[in-house]
Amino acid sequence: MSAPDTKGDENAGSMRPLRINYIRVKKNEVPQDEGSLAKKNVHELCYAVDENGRYTTVPSRGWEVKTLALNESLELIEERIAATKSAVIAGELSPIAYFMELNRMDIPLLASYVGIHRWFVKRHFHPKRFQKLNKKTLRKYADVFGITVEKLTSGVC
Amino acid sequence: MDINFEHQQSAHCENGVASNLLRHRGMILSEPMVFGIGSGLFFVYLPFIKVNFAPGFSYRPMPGKIFRKLAKRLGIGVKHQRFSSPEKAKAVLDEKLEQGIPVGLQVGVYHLTYFPDEYRFHFNAHNLVVYGKEAGEYLVSDPVMDYTTRLTEEELQRVRFAKGALPPKGHLYYLERLPTDYDLERAIKKGIRQTCNDMLAPVPIVGVRAMKWVAANIRKWPKTIGIKKTNHYLGQLVRMQEEIGTGGGGFRFIYAAFLQEAGTLLTNPALIQRSEEMTAIGDAWRDFALDISRIYKNRKSGSDVYEKLSDKLLSLAQREKEFFMRLKKDV
Repeated sequence: MSAPDTKGDENAGSMRPLRINYIRVKKNEVPQDEGSLAKKNVHELCYAVDENGRYTTVPSRGWEVKTLALNESLELIEERIAATKSAVIAGELSPIAYFMELNRMDIPLLASYVGIHRWFVKRHFHPKRFQKLNKKTLRKYADVFGITVEKLTSGVC
Repeated sequence: MDINFEHQQSAHCENGVASNLLRHRGMILSEPMVFGIGSGLFFVYLPFIKVNFAPGFSYRPMPGKIFRKLAKRLGIGVKHQRFSSPEKAKAVLDEKLEQGIPVGLQVGVYHLTYFPDEYRFHFNAHNLVVYGKEAGEYLVSDPVMDYTTRLTEEELQRVRFAKGALPPKGHLYYLERLPTDYDLERAIKKGIRQTCNDMLAPVPIVGVRAMKWVAANIRKWPKTIGIKKTNHYLGQLVRMQEEIGTGGGGFRFIYAAFLQEAGTLLTNPALIQRSEEMTAIGDAWRDFALDISRIYKNRKSGSDVYEKLSDKLLSLAQREKEFFMRLKKDV
């Protein structure tokens, strides 16, 4: 994950000029910061007022404020993935925990996808219990993560 | 099978689906109209439910509510169906498409292949329209996209049977009958009245009172849960307010557009005046989001930042309270 973009840094000290640009919803002042939508050439529709005070819609390429909030959330996910990965390598957790984080899931969600009660899912996080899982159960997990059983059991790398 | 379906982009998926499905049958209602009549403006705070490791905030009512209320108020017959068996769900969808009926679907976002990776969260209340099938692929009109897309049978099955909170369970809906004549004025007034009642509701988790509760918690969070978590919670608030689907300012601008349209239609200058006030409130919400983003940007800490945010949200709550009390008297 890249660090939050720095293009607005010259405004960081004195936020006033930036503010005037952003808060009015005049048609020509809808934010057009390059967000993650722009990469897929997707715009989102914003409602804004035209010269005559009539409401109209304007496609927006993104808003820095949102990109920052989104990046914060993605950074948190990356942190969780990294922490789980090192726990798996250290032999504290099974690879299921790692792939769960990778798929942005939590235990109740994973449990409902595999159709196994979350108490058992939590038990399967234990490396020793994971070793004893039969092929059928492993298959269920692998299917949910969209990977092969070999990949699931070969550890994280 | 190919239905001549006109795709029109909208800010929010549910309004967009409703508006597009109705236009297909010749009933023209703009997105703000759908939103306003369906009483789409809302605020709810669910501190006991954790979404994406943060409490649940929402600027809109439960998914599906807007369309249901709109349908009820205008006398539109909508058939809803949910399934326990994916095969049955697919069979019914194919049958409806065969009959030339475009079908609205509730889907999970995470497995939608055409969404940018950053937006793929486990969120199950997205709506889209399927309007045809070509060479084993479904033709999809997703109202938040600029253009129409396609999904394979397998991909569509996966998003229709996504798991987690509010599972869609293959939920599909289509228009059965349209009213021969309907009273738009009555529907608009009903919609506005309910929004006022919702926002002024005497319960702590809904409307203006919920905003006040959040404001009080913003003051407490840095001490009780730490700066990092507080910032994450605030980030969640910004995302719910500004991300895809809100049209900006937590739906306030769409609502202002609705009030303007309603005011013109009913020749009620008071509503046009309210529309301008709502726009100003929407601007204040955007300003609030901007203040939150500054915390990330400057990595500012110190509790006075949070005190100020809390004050800002409190004054927003007060403004909205006065606003909805005035609006209630106008209709």
